[in-house]
Amino acid sequence: MKKTLGAVAAAAAIALALSACGGSGPASAEAKGEINYWLWDANQLPAYQQCADDFTKANPDIKVKITQRGWDDYWTTLTNGFVAGTAPDVFTNHLSKYPEYAAKKQLLSLDDAVAKDGIKLDSYSKGLPELWVGQDGKRYGLPKDWDTVGLFYNKAMTDSAGLGAEQMANLDWNPKDGGSYEKAIAHLTVDKNGVRGDEAGFDKTNVAVYGLGLAGGGSGQGQTEWSFLTGTTGWTAKDKNPWGTKFNYDDPRFQDTISWWAGLTEKGYMPKLETTVGASLADNFGAGKAAINTTGDWLIGQYQSYKGVETAFAPTPKGPEGKRASMFNGLADSVWAGTKNPAASVKWVEYLGSTACQDVVAKKAVVFPAITSSSEIAAKAFADKGTDVSAFTTHVKDSTTFLFPIADKAAKVDGIMKPAMDAVLSGKKPASSLTEANDQVNALFK
Amino acid sequence: MTTITKLPDPVAGGSKPSYRGKAGRARKTGRRRRLGDLRIALLFILPAMVGFVAFYLVPTVRGIYLSFTEYSILGDPTWIGTKNYTAIFGDELFWNAMGVTVQYVGLNIGFQTIIALGLALLMHRVAKSTFIRGALLLPFLVANVIVALLWFWMLDYQMGIVNELISWLGLPRIAFFGSEQWAIPTIAGVNVWRHMGYTALLIFAGLQSIPNHLYEVASLDGASPTRTFWSITMPLLRPVLVLVLVVTVIGSFQVFDTVAVTTGGGPVNASRVIQMYIYQKAFGESDFGYASALSVILFVILALVAFIQMKFLKGNESDLD
Repeated sequence: MKKTLGAVAAAAAIALALSACGGSGPASAEAKGEINYWLWDANQLPAYQQCADDFTKANPDIKVKITQRGWDDYWTTLTNGFVAGTAPDVFTNHLSKYPEYAAKKQLLSLDDAVAKDGIKLDSYSKGLPELWVGQDGKRYGLPKDWDTVGLFYNKAMTDSAGLGAEQMANLDWNPKDGGSYEKAIAHLTVDKNGVRGDEAGFDKTNVAVYGLGLAGGGSGQGQTEWSFLTGTTGWTAKDKNPWGTKFNYDDPRFQDTISWWAGLTEKGYMPKLETTVGASLADNFGAGKAAINTTGDWLIGQYQSYKGVETAFAPTPKGPEGKRASMFNGLADSVWAGTKNPAASVKWVEYLGSTACQDVVAKKAVVFPAITSSSEIAAKAFADKGTDVSAFTTHVKDSTTFLFPIADKAAKVDGIMKPAMDAVLSGKKPASSLTEANDQVNALFK
Repeated sequence: MTTITKLPDPVAGGSKPSYRGKAGRARKTGRRRRLGDLRIALLFILPAMVGFVAFYLVPTVRGIYLSFTEYSILGDPTWIGTKNYTAIFGDELFWNAMGVTVQYVGLNIGFQTIIALGLALLMHRVAKSTFIRGALLLPFLVANVIVALLWFWMLDYQMGIVNELISWLGLPRIAFFGSEQWAIPTIAGVNVWRHMGYTALLIFAGLQSIPNHLYEVASLDGASPTRTFWSITMPLLRPVLVLVLVVTVIGSFQVFDTVAVTTGGGPVNASRVIQMYIYQKAFGESDFGYASALSVILFVILALVAFIQMKFLKGNESDLD
């Protein structure tokens, strides 16, 4: 059983030995040679392979080798690579991870390149470039895409429940009674005998279709789980974003929202947390076990791939003050500080962040590129495929987005908040127990 | 060669001094030969020694050193004395992890040993076919992670075959890996399933070493099968059982992969066993110093457990003597 750790050590040792063999070449100042590029989303691989081919065509001296790894392996392999000296020259970076890498001096600052090559930071969607400026004021990434959250619903189910697209797009929510959002969820819930959740005789212990699917507790960010609700109450995760050090999980606005959300399970409108272990939110939706899922736009393609299920999209519900909210998350490409080929790596990152590459990505209609004009091309590409993505773009249009909470020690915050949120959602503890978790989180920054 | 020096002098007294001289010479050559063997012996030990030093001794010593430091793997460790250890004693998650681990070990070892003993007796007395004996070992031949994933799917809440059966019988579905009450018993059960055949094989070997004539004598004396089991089989099996217990308890304390590929420590903290917590601290939160301190504590606990088992169950003595 302890072999796993041993295997990791052995793999690291081998990697170390290999890197020692290949590590003789001096760092090249010239932009040529082969560079390694990593990403985790297999859906985007074809688009970026196209970019790499175009890039090599324009710069015949530079070859780009792309490696795709699943999210779970991606970060541990990357960290091991930093230590062993085998990390990729350029890699797709995430807001929850980069602060630590920057603090540990693993990322190459891109300020000089941005200044020298005249990168127009204002061509990106508002707010995105600032996300990638570290605590030390240096830039560690060029934005590549953005995402917002929306309601993904099973159209056949809303049709038979008498809920039109217009109604689904104009739901409202409040933490007291859940508003028309909860009414819709209740109405879409159906038990084994065909009784709806808002009808008399509803058997909540024998539910066939849940009104709302559940992915998990959402840890301290709840990006797709609850942040679009807490965001409408004016609550923010921290005193300051990015880089705040005081968290607000003790705020009643937050705790009331979580309390309402956890209550859906109690009412039988949402599955129990224990049933989500090992399950996939999307697959349960595809199997017709839930009518609505709240998730991010990067999954549009997957939700449309389920045979016999017509998925439609609606914007997240309006909050107590009549406004919607969605977390605005964006990925970027970063250069590893230990790269042997910084010149070529920077050039590739600049190309990835350029209109040329982002237009290519846009035309594949998988994600929304960070450059505003490319993003419009993506929306059109989606429309050409018959997908209405206004549910996701409306947040950007109406400026109802708020930024992903960026903090140092994100992994440690997660280590505290994940069990704490799970305890509340499973009904083991009341939402007020999150105050204690908040104290623990704040203690990390003292 | 050592027998030469141990040979009793056939002629006592000083009547044949020349013989003594000879014996002295023989003793000297014996010592020389021994030293000569030492080199060869070292050569033979060398491959194992290199492995031991490189993969056990050095990492252990380094681990102990790191446990007194703050170390994030990127960058250099900084010495912070016993701070990690004092923090661990106030760490609720550590105590929770210990509690969960002990619960797991209790369930796992309890069921595994009893079932394995039963299987071993069956192999010894009833199932003499090599095919059946071999079949018992099959689960052990499958990699741990594969076994864990296999059961993870079979016990899945929505689509697992076990829950399909349960619901076909009209009983409520069970979230085997998802509920706090079931997570550890389920993980323990999966590992019992995988290891019982192997443990049975070890015990079976112990059973075969018990001389048959003892059973014959017992049956001549009219001892019942139960009496024979408790008075002959169990006492004579004790050294093997102790060895099996020491090995399986140490292995059981270090359960990791089954948890890692199924629950990942959840729900809440219900299955966050100590190895999982160490992994989370080290590879998740980059707190390698703290994780090293946790590992050192686990190391000490395991050494103590092994010592106590050997001491009180007299594992190094046999009743056959």
